[in-house]
Amino acid sequence: MNREMTGESGEFAVRAEGLCRRFGALQAVRDLSFAVARGEIFGFVGPDGAGKTTIMRMLAGVLLPDKGEIFLEGIDVVAEPERAKPILSYMPQRFGLYEDLTVAENIFFYGELFELPWRVRRARARQLLQAAGLLSFERRLAGQLSGGMKQKLGLVCALLHTPKVLLLDEPTTGVDPLSRRDFWAILYNLRESGVTILFSTAYMDEAERCSRLALMHEGEIRLCDSPARLKAAMPGALLEVVSADPRAAHKALTGAPGVLGLLLMGDRVHVRVDNALRRKGELEARLLGEGVGPAAIQPIEPGIEDVFVALLGQEGAA
Amino acid sequence: MFERLEAILVKEFLELRRDPWAIFRLIIPLALQVIVYGYAATFTVHHVATAVLDLDNSEASRSLISHFLATRRFDIVDFADRQSTVTRDLDSGKATLAIVIHAGFARDLASGRGAPLAVAVDGTNSNTALISLGYVGEIVSRFEAEEAAKASTVKAGAAPPTVTVSLEERPWFNSGLEDRWFFIPGVIGTLTLVQVVNLTSFAVVREREVGTLEQIMVSPIRPVEFILGKTLPFFLIGLADVALVTLLGVLWFHIPFVGDPFVMLYGASLFLLATLGLGLLLSTFSRTQQQAFALNFFLINPIFILSGFAFPIAAMPRFLQWLTFLNPLRYFLIVIRAVFLKGVGLSDLWQEFAAMALLGVVMLGLSVLRFKKSLD
Repeated sequence: MNREMTGESGEFAVRAEGLCRRFGALQAVRDLSFAVARGEIFGFVGPDGAGKTTIMRMLAGVLLPDKGEIFLEGIDVVAEPERAKPILSYMPQRFGLYEDLTVAENIFFYGELFELPWRVRRARARQLLQAAGLLSFERRLAGQLSGGMKQKLGLVCALLHTPKVLLLDEPTTGVDPLSRRDFWAILYNLRESGVTILFSTAYMDEAERCSRLALMHEGEIRLCDSPARLKAAMPGALLEVVSADPRAAHKALTGAPGVLGLLLMGDRVHVRVDNALRRKGELEARLLGEGVGPAAIQPIEPGIEDVFVALLGQEGAA
Repeated sequence: MFERLEAILVKEFLELRRDPWAIFRLIIPLALQVIVYGYAATFTVHHVATAVLDLDNSEASRSLISHFLATRRFDIVDFADRQSTVTRDLDSGKATLAIVIHAGFARDLASGRGAPLAVAVDGTNSNTALISLGYVGEIVSRFEAEEAAKASTVKAGAAPPTVTVSLEERPWFNSGLEDRWFFIPGVIGTLTLVQVVNLTSFAVVREREVGTLEQIMVSPIRPVEFILGKTLPFFLIGLADVALVTLLGVLWFHIPFVGDPFVMLYGASLFLLATLGLGLLLSTFSRTQQQAFALNFFLINPIFILSGFAFPIAAMPRFLQWLTFLNPLRYFLIVIRAVFLKGVGLSDLWQEFAAMALLGVVMLGLSVLRFKKSLD
């Protein structure tokens, strides 16, 4: 294991060593090792099928690895999954809410499963519902909540028993921006109180929020570091091309001298070049020459998606 | 040890209460089916275990018995020496039919006054009873014809010898041989089985489909607690089903209930244990509700056919007869018909009780073992 993968602290909340898992002919996760320090927000980022859900389920102790070790707060999850359960919380992509029960009844049920004393549960539920903006919906059926609200209710249920390690599998997929903001506010608060958070996402913008990232591809971790260091390590520099016809611009710039990579991002094109200052003028001239029309070109800071694409090529884009 | 059981139970009843269609799903189809069966179902069956009591012990009486033996339609399981033995054979189910030849049979036959022959039938299975009575009639008339032919060669012009067959009055046995008396108790077992197996397997598979099962399994709950929590409500619903259909049978169709309600309760409890086990086991083989449905559909019919509800097990090929031993419904039908119509108790039914308990324990045990694995 190299230094980047182990984080700064010597004390790990989560440590995995040589994890492998295969489903039939598909090697979902291959020889995966990483360690997460207490209080970190650690993100697994990668396209669908990169093995993110498989890792989460193995960490939660509901799926056995074919090979490898997992330790959560010193507990061997593979050998003794039952011992790890009280200290961890796992939220799958779709949290299992009972849609025919109310918000309060769902909370009651999950509280009972962890045998929380009534008073503790009540106080904690209030505080969490408040933070999630769900306090006024206590008596509504879970099935009648919006997607974002359901996901926040799932988080409330998952946090009732104050876990030390929180595992979130694509928690904000299909969640509206406002709910997403509430969601992240709760996660940041948790980190303050020393909870270790591991989450997976296919959203690159969300990846920027973690303290460290593991870029995943085909069941392997390709790079693992803080978002800032990952960006700094990206070879080349980035130019943003804003054009009336971004597709034509993308086509015109393909294969231009000094261009290392191109990424179409909605109405603009991210162009990775060997030297931003030198190439800016060249690209402008090329676009005019190819008849694409005038375009605004300026250097920008790379995002995680740019890093990912630089690393893996187009196949790595979500 | 079962701290988290309560959580599941409370949740199940909340969900049930929230479901406005529960009453329609749980009660109305059942009641309708009982009524349809009660009015519409009728038909007929053979091979009869027979007890014989020959109090005359004459040449004529032995000749009549040999006529019964010759047809091979009656298997004589007991040559009794007194009336109480015959009664015991019928009560225990050892014999389905009893033939009692009273003293003076030969004398009355010769005199042409009509020799008395008493026949007692276990009417709990009215099909078997009707058919076997028909055979008795046939055999007796053949016997009469032969005796008449013999008599005429000896003494022309005398009155022909006749046998008067009387059906012994056994009120606790379905003396009127009403199909309905036979069917309704059977319907109780059959409908309860279908209802409970369906409910159980669907309920667990639904939790899997919705994703709540995974959520529950990452909590510290143990599989046993979850399974008990899921099945206990259906156990209670099953008992209510049995009570409902029994009441309908007794109050609407006037089926006599001569047995001990507690024997029925014990029997129903063991039967439900086995059906819950079956439902759970099916759920561990299904990922989706469609799969559960297909599996149920595949199994319910054979269970029904191999139960003795309609088609007598004794008439099935040996291999199928063996299969029926794995069928909880087979045992419960025996219990329920016996309790309804015969009023026999635990001492006569302990084998059926033991079989149902064994099936229940094995299937529930397998479900618990398979349950964890099935998450993968």
